[in-house]
Amino acid sequence: MHLIKDRGFAPRRDDSVTPESVYAQRRRFLMQAAVGTVVASWASRQAFAQTANGPGRLRPLPGAKSAVSGALTMEKPTSYADVTSYNNFYEFGTDKSDPARHAGSLKTQPWTVVVEGEVKKPGSWDLDALLKLAPMEERIYRMRCVEGWSMVIPWVGYSLVELIKRVEPTGNAKYLQFVTLADKGQMPGLRSSVLDWPYVEGLRLDEAMQPLAMLAFGLYGELLPNQNGAPLRLVVPWKYGFKSGKSIVRIRFVEKQPKTSWESAAASEYGFYSNVNPKVDHPRWSQATERRIGEDGLLSRKRPTLMFNGYEPQVGQLYAGMDLAKFY
Amino acid sequence: MNALLSHRAVKPLLFVLALLPFASLLHGALSNGLGPNPAEALSRSTGDWTLRFLCLTLAVTPLRQITGWVAMARWRRMLGLYSFFYALLHFLCYAWLDMGFDVADIVRDIQKRPFVLVGTLALLLMLPLAATSFNRAIKALGAARWRQLHRLVYAIAVLGLLHFFWMRSAKNNFGEVAVYAAIIALLLGWRVWKARPARPAVTA
Repeated sequence: MHLIKDRGFAPRRDDSVTPESVYAQRRRFLMQAAVGTVVASWASRQAFAQTANGPGRLRPLPGAKSAVSGALTMEKPTSYADVTSYNNFYEFGTDKSDPARHAGSLKTQPWTVVVEGEVKKPGSWDLDALLKLAPMEERIYRMRCVEGWSMVIPWVGYSLVELIKRVEPTGNAKYLQFVTLADKGQMPGLRSSVLDWPYVEGLRLDEAMQPLAMLAFGLYGELLPNQNGAPLRLVVPWKYGFKSGKSIVRIRFVEKQPKTSWESAAASEYGFYSNVNPKVDHPRWSQATERRIGEDGLLSRKRPTLMFNGYEPQVGQLYAGMDLAKFY
Repeated sequence: MNALLSHRAVKPLLFVLALLPFASLLHGALSNGLGPNPAEALSRSTGDWTLRFLCLTLAVTPLRQITGWVAMARWRRMLGLYSFFYALLHFLCYAWLDMGFDVADIVRDIQKRPFVLVGTLALLLMLPLAATSFNRAIKALGAARWRQLHRLVYAIAVLGLLHFFWMRSAKNNFGEVAVYAAIIALLLGWRVWKARPARPAVTA
């Protein structure tokens, strides 16, 4: 507005008068500019609220924007409230509201992770050492649960390969097994025999070395809440959520494909790979579509599920030549 | 007790009570109070309430006979119809919220997934029972044939239970299934026991 000088009233020649159409255009332009500024500042505040600004619940754990290919989806992150109140963590109960209700009893300090098996440098890593092992990065991943719902989650952590490099796998290391905490005193869900405890998961070494596979210590710029797998968890965004073990205490490098908890419980329904795949249905439901939590309205159609959860450009070649209907 | 249960207000009261779960779900859906996954919450609770009303319906006759509170017989039809009502809502949630009313998709899905097939079958079996629930239908069919037809409710309860069991087996999570199974087994077992052929009394 200040750019237009007020010259006061002065008699002018006819041709100096601004034609009405131009005048109207200018008014429209100013109007649009003003509205645009308001909308833009509101939108940026919203964006700030969603990512940079932590919810202020736990200790901040900032991370620089990740440069890993595919690590920063542009999709709208699921709200902190939904991410932290609706998830599966059977050690605290089988209902999706149980983890938030019961995980308060989890003690995350002190915490050590034992790295063992086919590595040249086995050992115990305490949490502080792991936190300092590599620079923290913020990564915004899609998360697709095998049950047919999905979220978009801003994690903080680094690629699992950072740890793998430091422990130097031997030539025999073909797979990684992840063992998660199973402590009856802290985890009321262990009283039920839903699964064989502790919960174990696994990856092929080359999968684990794909930079998108990450060790996450934080969520929304703060330390992980207990219910989301504090103090550290795995996040493998192209696989169904249950592959991403929470509250990890042991990583074992092995030669043979390790049996996972879900394979032991129902091998015909949950395979070792469990890559997100819209074409391979779970025996009891379709995997072709998903419902995005907090985003898709009650009456809107479910959205199509993407091959490898949309990470096909990054991870597709890991499975070249494999029959994914057989190795589900 | 019978006099109390026969009171004029009892049946309307029961009618309103049975409507409360529906009212609270409707309120939750409209006020965004069903948690992060409202569609799932609606599907699950309408399914739960179908099973609960089936158990209540099946409980009427044994309770009436054991306690002698004959007034309870007047509730059976209403409870049965509420089972149907919640089952219909449950199917509606599936067809609408999960499948977007795409008939071809629904048919494919029912063929592909045995647990959906079993649930759908239970609902279809409820149709003739709901359709013959009024007095004129009983007269038209004749009491004996009507009673025979309505024994389908036993099959419906077992299919509903199987549907629930199958759904939960995904997670090896059978705690609640076991509770419903025990109740239904008790209620059906009681009928089998009552129907056993009378043995001649043993004389000492």
